[in-house]
Parts: sequence; C-alpha cells; structure tokens
Amino acid sequence: MKDFKLTHLKELEAESIYVLREVAAQFERPAILFSGGKDSIVVTYLAYKAFYPAKIPFPLLHIDTGHNFRETLEYRDALVAKLGAQLVVGSVQESIDKGRVKEEQGYNASRNRLQTTTLLDTIEEYKFDACIGGARRDEEKARAKERFFSHRDDFGQWNPKNQRPELWNIFNGRKNMGEHFRVFPISNWTEMDVWQYIYQEHIEMPSLYFTHERACFLRDGQWLAAEPCMRLKPDEQVEVRRVRCRTIGDISCTGLTLSEANTLEDIIEEIAATRITERGGRADDKRSETSMEDRKKEGYF
Amino acid sequence: MNTKGYLDMELLRFTTAGSVDDGKSTLIGRLLYDSKSIFEDQLEAVERASRSRGNEEVNLALLTDGLRAEREQGITIDVAYRYFATPKRKFIIADTPGHVQYTRNMVTGASTADLAIILIDARNGVVEQTVRHSYIAKLLGIPYVTVCINKMDLVDFSEERFCEIERDYREMSAKIGNDAQLHFLPISAKYGDNVVNASERAPWYSGPTLMALLEEVPISHKLGGELQPMRLPVQYVIRPISDKFPDYRAYAGRLAGGVLHVGDAVRVLPSGMTSRVKAIMQADKSQEVAHTPESISVLLEDDIDISRGDMLVGVDDTSPIVGQEFKIMCCWFNAQPMQLRKRYVVRSAVAESVGMVAALDYRVDIHTLEPVTGESTLNMNDIACLTLRTSNPMVFDRYEDNRTTGSLVLIDPDSNETIAAGMIG
Repeated sequence: MKDFKLTHLKELEAESIYVLREVAAQFERPAILFSGGKDSIVVTYLAYKAFYPAKIPFPLLHIDTGHNFRETLEYRDALVAKLGAQLVVGSVQESIDKGRVKEEQGYNASRNRLQTTTLLDTIEEYKFDACIGGARRDEEKARAKERFFSHRDDFGQWNPKNQRPELWNIFNGRKNMGEHFRVFPISNWTEMDVWQYIYQEHIEMPSLYFTHERACFLRDGQWLAAEPCMRLKPDEQVEVRRVRCRTIGDISCTGLTLSEANTLEDIIEEIAATRITERGGRADDKRSETSMEDRKKEGYF
Repeated sequence: MNTKGYLDMELLRFTTAGSVDDGKSTLIGRLLYDSKSIFEDQLEAVERASRSRGNEEVNLALLTDGLRAEREQGITIDVAYRYFATPKRKFIIADTPGHVQYTRNMVTGASTADLAIILIDARNGVVEQTVRHSYIAKLLGIPYVTVCINKMDLVDFSEERFCEIERDYREMSAKIGNDAQLHFLPISAKYGDNVVNASERAPWYSGPTLMALLEEVPISHKLGGELQPMRLPVQYVIRPISDKFPDYRAYAGRLAGGVLHVGDAVRVLPSGMTSRVKAIMQADKSQEVAHTPESISVLLEDDIDISRGDMLVGVDDTSPIVGQEFKIMCCWFNAQPMQLRKRYVVRSAVAESVGMVAALDYRVDIHTLEPVTGESTLNMNDIACLTLRTSNPMVFDRYEDNRTTGSLVLIDPDSNETIAAGMIG
C-alpha cells in the first residue's frame, strides 16, 4: 500500500495499547493509577480500547488526598460507572489518622508527598504487582530516563542507575515476591499529543480543564484555588477570575491558568502558543533542581 | 482552527551517538532550542544552573542531563528520551552516552531508531569510538546514518577537512559492511550552523540542514508494505465471557510486518494449524485491512487453539524460522558474565522459553572489529555470536528481515534482570 501513512497519534496509540496488553499478559494483579487528570483519563480510555469488548481487566486505583476538586471526584465516579470498572480508593486522611504520615505545616503545606506512603500501603494491601500510570517522559527531566516497565524494589523505590535495559518492544516484567512494577504506557506522548488525541477521539473531559469562574489567590506569581484546605497569608486576597487547570492534581499544588479556553480546539491553540511547561505551575517541582528525581526514588508516581 | 497539520504528522525515532566531548548534548539542546521546543521555565532553569556552575554561556547540554549524578559528573548515564515537533513531524530522540562502558545503552537506544546521528569532532576525524558507534548502528539495522561533522567553527569551516572526514568515514563504513543510507553535514552545534538554520560560514555546502533532513527522510520502510511478509505475534486472547459476547474469542497483537486483510488464509506457528481471517477489530470498529505497526485484534473462521506467544503468518509463507537452536549476534548487558549452559529465559516480543547458550562462536573485538575465538565467557558490553538452544520451539525471522520478530533478550532467572540482547542471524 504505497499511500498508507500512519499518523504519529495512531502510532503512539498502537504502542500504548501494546504496552497495556503486555501488562495484562505478564502480571497477576495490575491496577491503573487514576488521578482524574487528563493523562490517567487517556490511559483508561486506551485500556478500554485494548480489551474491548471485554471489560478493562484491572481496577482503577485513586489516591485521594482529601484535597481533591469536587469535579474530579464526580468525573471519576461517572467514568467508573460507565466502564463498569472496579474502583479502589487509598485515603491520605486515613494514613494521617493512623499516624503513618505527618501532615506538613505552614502556608505551603501540601499532601502531595504524603501520597507516596498511602500509595505504597494500598499497593501492599491489595497486592498489586503492576501500577499503570499516566506519566510521560516529556514532563520532567528525571522522567526522561524512565522505562515503560519500571521495576520497584521491596520498598517501592526506583533505582535510576540500575534500570533494566528496554529494547525493541520486549518488556521484562519478571520480579520477586514483594516487588512491583510501575508501567507507563504513554511514556512517549507529549502534552500536545495527549490533547490532540483527546480531540481526535472525542474523549469527554472534566470541566476543570475548561474556562470557568473561580475564587483564587495569587502566590509567588501562581494562581491557586481558594478552597477551605488552603491557608491564606495575611496579604493574599481572594479574587474571582476566569481560569482553567492545565494539569489536575491535589488542590494545594494545582496551579490555575488565566484562560478563556472553552473547547478542546481552544486548549490546543493555547498550548501551541504557550512558552511555559505544564509543570511550570506545579509548586511541588520547584522545591529543588532534582525534587522529582528524589520523590520518584522514594516511590512517588 | 487548523488541526489538520497536528493530526497529520508522522513520527521519526532517531538516536544520537558521539564520543564524550563531541558535543552531543549541545546538539540536542540546539535542536530543541532552535525548533522552539524549549519552554521559558526550562531555559531559565538551565540559565540558573549554568551561572551557578560558573559557565559563561548558557550550557545547552544541561537541558538533557537530567539526573543528579550526571549533573555532578558532567556525563550522561542512561538512555534519555527527548521529544520535539515541527509542523511536519514529531520526533523522539533516544539520547545515549558515548563512553566505552555504555555500549549497552547505545544498543538500547538504537533498537527502536529509524535513523542514527553519529557525531564526529572535525578536529579529530574518524576515531575508534566512531567506528564502534557505526558498527552498533549496523548491528541494530538502523536504515539511515547521518554523520554530523561538528565543531566546524574550530577548523574554519574547511571544505577540505570535511571531505577528508567524509572519505575516511565512507571507507570505514564499507569495511564494516554497513549498507545504511549515509548523509554528511558540516555543523557547529554550539553556534547552530546547519542544525536548524543554514550556515553562511560554509557556502560550499549545498545540502540540507540537519532539521530539514530529519523532516524529509522517508519512513515508509517501517509501515509494512505489501511486499513484506505478514507477521502477527499473538499477545493476548480477548475473551469477554459475557451474555452479550458469549463465544467471542479475539487474538490481540501488534502487527509486526506486512499487511493483513479480512479473508486472508493464515497459519499459526509453531503449531502449523490454518484458518482464515473473519474480522479485524480496533476496539469496537472493524476494518478490512490492517497495516504494520497497528495494534489490532483478529477473529478467525475456525475455532483453533491459539495462545500468547503464537504467531500468525501467511498460509504459504515458509520464511519464518521455527526451531530450538538459533545463531544470534548478542550484546552482553550485565555485570554477571555469561555462563555457557546456564539456564536463562529467552524472551521474544511475546513468547518465552527456557534456554541456554550452547556455544560461544566468537566475540567481536570492539576495537579492531575482528572475531576472537576460543573464549568461554562474555562480560558487560561485549558483542558476540552465540548458538542459543531453547527448551520449546520458538518462531523468529532473521533480524535483517524483521527487527521486531528477529530480536530477543536473555533474562537471568536468578536476578530477573535483562542480561543480553540478541539478533537472529
């Protein structure tokens, strides 16, 4: 077929579906790490495609910091109902109540780092042996060296200097008892690819990604949501602005972008024009030059 | 909105290789920077880091060196993947370090690449590492090799020097038997000459810039044409077991070669049973024809026993190699040396068998590229020809015929680590 041409989105989709099917074939108890953000939504959609007409052969695992946007939880529950999928929730509040972790103090307190303990505890409780995440290599420099199948030791830790070589499309998911894998089917996608794919496939998205009026405040040049879990400094003013989220995570570290983007086309145009990475709005990455690398080694997503 | 451009792009995967100070990270930084794929906050972070290290100019290499140890030692440890797009194409770069001890990383990066960029320092010309990188590119079957003769600013953009290096390279490439398509470019990664923007300092060079070349190299070779034999390794069997789909049984996999049509007669290997394609599905949509490398699921006319690890091929196709003994070219990846007759796991894309190295035919001296015989072990980064024996029959193609169905890895069942990569000879 001389005129057949595979677009980059079709090729990325084929690769991701291949990876998801490998997970189903190689592991006993996989789970999709579902955050309610666009990347985990796309991974879930790809899993739906990979196994149709069978149901997705693994549950969605959500680590709930207790500081989630209401819209995220509503979207999650609607999606789970639509797919007939199983949902497992790990609660950071419970980890705090049980004394497994200690809540950070101060204005910039975030439950982001505490999630790691809750995640590892939940993995152990349910004996998950592969957690499928929506991380992409273009997001952050430490992630650029991540494998599709990323081995974690007994303590859930990542050892970047001793990763298994990954060649062609051969994935080695063999492990000892107590160890698990993180698997990243959309490793090779960029933020732009994700939005183009959502547009091409007409995937329904949480309303937070589109412009809406919201009470916010400005801290260190970044707009944040004025929700009850956020403690305002004396000089910080709450204002109502038209904003949208470029990434969705815990409220305490999700930066809001002033935007009028109301459709997927608007969002794609906005991203094409923007000159700041999506993680530029993430307070958690700014803590030090290697903060992502450090969190990943401990067992973060 | 003009989404047509975005939704229509093709994907090119390439790898980069160079010796330690050939300016590879700078070249990648330059491609990202001049194609405006670097964001303001990334550039600011690099400017900050450059200043704190006392560098006078912005050190573009810091864009690609991600891990703390790399920044501290100023080296690249592992394969890192970078992404950028132009209005014509999306690119994935497998950035691999050039040190001798990291041969395995270059092999890894090269395994999925359509094109290799080999960097040469214009002052040094073709050196031992250039030969090694070119040999690995040949071994891994990369169809295009682009030789960037870098630091041309340090030889006054001398055409004579450029031609001399091109001559040396062609001679060396012919000697190692590489039939990849070659391109030569005079560049300065540091100043950007001929990377994204054409250089005014080399008026004698009339070829494309590196970016133009990357945008225009044909990538049809990987889209299984009608001539390439059809290969569908079965990855997973989809069985919904629901009231709506009571007897549904579909064989899922990623097409690894050629084209598959509804109605095609197929044979299942290694069992040899035959059937006909009833339907080709992608999720809930059926299609008449599938191309490499689409991920599909296939329904067959007959109810025959097929499971993960089997391969569907054309019913009259006798080219696949089915057997229990294979000659492979291999790169040893692990600090644990190779042991003859030790139990290893042999893993192809979707099949697995216990196996062992029955014989070490020869090791390739990475410095002279001459075969060395009479040895009985291999160490990390060694390249060798082995005889592999498996306990179950496995299905392969020759690597030069199909990179997906002609490749395998060896896994040590004691550590579960991937200890070697192999290509069927």
